[in-house]
Amino acid sequence: MMLSITNLHARVEAAEILKGLSLELPAGEVHAIMGPNGAGKSTLSYVLTGRQGYEVTEGTATLDGEDLLALEAHERAARGVFLSFQYPLEIPGVPAMTFLRTALNAQHKARGEPEVSATDFLKRAREVAKQLKMDFDMLKRPLNVGFSGGEKKRMEIFQMAMLSPRLLILDETDSGLDIDALKIVADGVNALRSPDRAMLVITHYQRLLDYIRPDRVHVLAAGRIAASGGPELALELERDGYDKYARAA
Amino acid sequence: MPAVKQTVDQVESLERYQHGFVTTIDQEFAPKGLSADIVRFISAKKQEPEWMLEWRLAAYERWLAMDEPDWAKVSFPKIDYQDSYYYAAPKEKIGPMSLDEVDPEILATYAKLGIPLREQEVLAGVQGAPKYAVDAVFDSVSVVTTFKKELAAVGVIFCSFSEAVREHPELVKKYLGTVVPASDNYFACLNSAVFSDGSFVYVPPGVRCPMELSTYFRINAAESGQFERTLIIADAGAYVSYLEGCTAPMRDENQLHAAVVELVTLDDAEIKYSTVQNWYPGDPETGKGGIYNFVTKRADCRGDRSKVSWTQVETGSAITWKYPSCVLRGKDSVGEFYSIAITNGRQQADTGTKMIHLGEGTRSRIISKGISAGRSSNTYRGLVSAHPKAKGARNFTQCDSLLIGKTCAAHTVPYIEARNGQTVVEHEATTTRLSDDQLFYVMQRGLSQEEAVQLLVNGFVKDVLQELPMEFAVEAQKLVAISLEGSVG
Repeated sequence: MMLSITNLHARVEAAEILKGLSLELPAGEVHAIMGPNGAGKSTLSYVLTGRQGYEVTEGTATLDGEDLLALEAHERAARGVFLSFQYPLEIPGVPAMTFLRTALNAQHKARGEPEVSATDFLKRAREVAKQLKMDFDMLKRPLNVGFSGGEKKRMEIFQMAMLSPRLLILDETDSGLDIDALKIVADGVNALRSPDRAMLVITHYQRLLDYIRPDRVHVLAAGRIAASGGPELALELERDGYDKYARAA
Repeated sequence: MPAVKQTVDQVESLERYQHGFVTTIDQEFAPKGLSADIVRFISAKKQEPEWMLEWRLAAYERWLAMDEPDWAKVSFPKIDYQDSYYYAAPKEKIGPMSLDEVDPEILATYAKLGIPLREQEVLAGVQGAPKYAVDAVFDSVSVVTTFKKELAAVGVIFCSFSEAVREHPELVKKYLGTVVPASDNYFACLNSAVFSDGSFVYVPPGVRCPMELSTYFRINAAESGQFERTLIIADAGAYVSYLEGCTAPMRDENQLHAAVVELVTLDDAEIKYSTVQNWYPGDPETGKGGIYNFVTKRADCRGDRSKVSWTQVETGSAITWKYPSCVLRGKDSVGEFYSIAITNGRQQADTGTKMIHLGEGTRSRIISKGISAGRSSNTYRGLVSAHPKAKGARNFTQCDSLLIGKTCAAHTVPYIEARNGQTVVEHEATTTRLSDDQLFYVMQRGLSQEEAVQLLVNGFVKDVLQELPMEFAVEAQKLVAISLEGSVG
């Protein structure tokens, strides 16, 4: 099992947000996490990626059997955990290309792999930028500074493709995207599907799942998985809303 | 934070100041304390002419009547000026030496600091790497100056201040104290009385100095102050780029460093003056020890269309009190100030610039980046003043502060005076905290916390770093990283 979460409890300051969440995500699969606002969707993504201030009080999370929770954020990144942020941050004074090359080489170093040469990196960056229909000059600008919401999301997918992670977590990737941008982003994500990768697609709306087809859909309500099913579950949620699950919790 | 990481951080922070070693050599001192006799002693040691001694004694008399300034946002216990040595020098002969005559311990010190004193070492460097000449000042004396012959061939004078007083008295007499008068302020006045050594540069008309010049200041002796004096003159149409660096051993007592730097540019001349200041900052926890860096730096853009550009990277010192300034006297003259000031631990910095617009069409530009971490205090203090005759004067000021953590402070104190109706002054200022969101974002991409801070800080200071000569920009970037180690978490 690539990602295995058992009875996970987590708190932010005094409030317990995750209350016994369990989930199994095998390699090669795409799972969607859907749920109402405040159900703990973003908390789950932060707990899995090691953000400070998110305290796990009970339960386990393993990546290929290794205890994820014992690792610091950058160590998890080096193991191949990538989070596409709902609100990507602006990094003034650091060109996107510099940022990404620094990150890629830090990951290579942590894994004991050789540095990527500037030429190889540039070549690959051009390919990926073309695929995501991004203006290459954008990569020379400070990361995300003055970018539109859609540009920032595209930059997240660009980074994801360049870092080639194994566990991909997409947090509300469709928010702020118009339909054309959504298609481009979804194409970029779909191109990364592979038998040795797994994806966790966190979303409030079913819309994104028309473009990124999940193998399984889980409903997250009140800090735990309230229901799981096939892609049809997403359609049912779209039709009936989350009321049923919110009440049950 | 896991315990292992914490231990590693602690060990690292102990080793953080990497220039804190002491060199053991035979030294001679003037008796402790300050008096007219000590001033005479220093002057005699340097075999100075009578006029120089008189100038010193006059400054000493003025100093006795002055009070220490108290307007800066720094605090420290009263300095006992009688409890310090004003002259400390390696036991060597006076005057310029060849490298073979210099104490091997001193040479080893500079090697350890990475300062090339052997010309062939510089030459043996990477093919095509820029050459730079070094004046090495060790406590109160200049021990060696490199590339003098090559510079003399194009008429550039680069030597220690003491040598200039002996060999080029007409130039020293003509310019000394004309930019920073002996009685300018308390610390400049003290310096005028007891200054020991420093660098002297004269670039003749129309000459572009063929290499970077640099002075490397090292305080080694305990309980001593360093009072260097630097004078740089760029004659009409001349250009020179000059860099100073400084370090000191880690000691529990505070040591005073009160320097004076005077720059003069005549018509169409340009001086680019860069500083990488890394004096011992004191203990980050207790605040014990460290250098009091009370420095007066001023440029007089005397000539029309002349230009002076100050770039400073201030990372060290327990207390920094310095305002490299430009008096823009010449028509259309230009002054620039680019600054990175970093405070961590218990450091205090009150630094900035003064741009005094006297001439018509004068322009100035100020870019200041202050970073505070730990329990430090960082103040930008700047004056932009346009006098009645400075019609068409323009200034642009950008003043950014970055706070790391929750126990540090940043202050911005700009003064603007426009005394004519045709002056344009722009001032922009920002204060931001290094956010947890940004840190997490960068760490999620694979950088450790320290690396993430470095990346974010380097982005913040980029506009200033790129003003430094290339080979020093890399050095400065590393220094910025070292100064902020252990500042988060």
